[in-house]
Amino acid sequence: MSDSSSSRPLVTFDGVSKRYGDVTAVHTMNLEIYEGEFLAIMGPSGCGKTTSLRMLAGLEEPSDGEIRLDGQRINEISSVERDTPMVWQSLALFPFLNVQKNVEFGLKMRQVPAEERQARARKWLERMEILELAERDISQLSGGQKQRVALARSLVTEPRILLLDEPLSALDANLVIRMQGVLSRLQKELGITFVYVTHSQSEAFAMSDRVVIMSQGRIEQLGSPKEIYRSPASRFVADFVGANNILSGSVSQAGGNLEIETALGMFQCDVGSKDAHHVGDSLDMVISADLVQISLDDPGTQNSLQCRFISEEFVGSIVTLFAELQDGSDFKIQTRQRDLAKMSLEEGDSFFVFWNATDAHLISARGPSDA
Amino acid sequence: MSKGASKNLLLRGYVVLVFIFVFTPIVTSFIFSVNSDRFPTIPLGHFTTHWYETIFADPDVWDAFRVSGIVSITVATLSTFIGFCTAYTDYRYKFTGKALYLSLALLPPTIPLVIMGLAMLALLARINMSGEIYSIVVSHVVLCSPFAMAVIRMRLAQINPDLESAAWNLGASNWRAMREVIVPFCRPAIASAFCLTAAVSFDEFAVAWFVSGLNKTVPVIILEILQGNTDPQINAIGSIVFITSMTLVILAQLILMRKTINQTATGI
Repeated sequence: MSDSSSSRPLVTFDGVSKRYGDVTAVHTMNLEIYEGEFLAIMGPSGCGKTTSLRMLAGLEEPSDGEIRLDGQRINEISSVERDTPMVWQSLALFPFLNVQKNVEFGLKMRQVPAEERQARARKWLERMEILELAERDISQLSGGQKQRVALARSLVTEPRILLLDEPLSALDANLVIRMQGVLSRLQKELGITFVYVTHSQSEAFAMSDRVVIMSQGRIEQLGSPKEIYRSPASRFVADFVGANNILSGSVSQAGGNLEIETALGMFQCDVGSKDAHHVGDSLDMVISADLVQISLDDPGTQNSLQCRFISEEFVGSIVTLFAELQDGSDFKIQTRQRDLAKMSLEEGDSFFVFWNATDAHLISARGPSDA
Repeated sequence: MSKGASKNLLLRGYVVLVFIFVFTPIVTSFIFSVNSDRFPTIPLGHFTTHWYETIFADPDVWDAFRVSGIVSITVATLSTFIGFCTAYTDYRYKFTGKALYLSLALLPPTIPLVIMGLAMLALLARINMSGEIYSIVVSHVVLCSPFAMAVIRMRLAQINPDLESAAWNLGASNWRAMREVIVPFCRPAIASAFCLTAAVSFDEFAVAWFVSGLNKTVPVIILEILQGNTDPQINAIGSIVFITSMTLVILAQLILMRKTINQTATGI
């Protein structure tokens, strides 16, 4: 997917910081956003994702560093003069204007003559499949229709970049899936850059070419959804994304047969570069819940653990099992409901989990944020 | 009849009694304004518009209505403008001394009117500005602006702060966003504040009495008529003032309520 985007950065965050008094919301951020890519910025609330987006929109001024749009420094350019329209979490449609007038707003502010304004607004309403709602009041629209009006209003000026601040968070689950489809398709058809801020992993992974994971004002990882899902770069990312089990330990044997010593025993690891780790290095071993297998009998392999069944969360064909390890820590397993039914586990029952040496992922305990 | 139902009936009866208590004097005044007898006695005489004809034949009364009209419209315009600006400042900006700013802005209606009137007269007389129509306007603007501000501030408290940012984001300058977003959003409150301040000014007696000089407003002329002779002219003019003010106040309420109902219906 990412090869559809050209390599020229449209937006550059060059050492950008934002401080409010003593609080640093964004910490020396370096980020390049390419022309035509769908970039998601994801993180828990207060991680600085919305602040970054607002700085790009010109609604906040960076305390330090430089933001460049198309190579030009834009720190001092006010929101009014940037063409960086935003779709708001609250949508921020003007309640006293009808649908058509809402969509025309951006053109009106740019002194586009009335006739052209109307034609362009109608074109976008048609594109968003809501032309028949043109004369309606905002209050008469459903959640999904409002969403489409908000998109039309932002896109009517035909910008090169669209900023989206958790636009789907107010919709119910079914509608979210549908709007994800609409957004994805729209971005591909228009070929413009979408910067999408969200706290939802499913939204970020479903639509974006690249995902930025932020925590406490810093970028923890930047990569494709698959990279982030399978190779979390830090313990934070491993905790935040997906359903990962993390065992802390240290390298007891390096080289060909990498072995990790943990409080729960010794584990083998067969990962990427052999010489990246040295004996004594402390690190975190990440085992994704969906790569774990279970059995009632001891599988006899080295990468196995005995645990006690706590509970299950059933969401259809896939079940998440919650178990407790011997040292009291939690362990999550995702498996097919069909396979689990055969085992008929009761609370407190003992069983074994095991995984392939190639499926563990290692994170050196000093995360990149401290490096 | 169940206990709940009788209690309900009792409460309804109580509400009716309260309304009777409040409105009887006004209704009585209105009835005697169209009654032929010179003194308010029962049994009533016959229906007449004589007292209305008398007051409308009096050029002083016409003058008073003219002055009151000019004053209340000017005052409503100015106070609504000042009230809007004050409310917007409060909504938009954070600054040190904001609490002080707000309490000063809301202070005037808490000052007893007689003291306010006296103070206004003392000041205006000293700077040679008393006894003119604009003296009443100045004094009433001081008195009315806080009401306008309170009404508009309530409306601004309901605005989604993203609306203004969205306007900037779509290319509207500060002024343009104010004109295209803030003012339209506040329009019902602005109209309501206008009616309300017009009513307050139209009704106000004490301050007007001190500073009006020869430019008497309606409430001032009422007192003068009352001092001269007691006949149902007073009831007639009183009824007119009551109807004018009530119309303005009810209008103010309706404008605000319609907006609220609209919004409850949409669930935002």
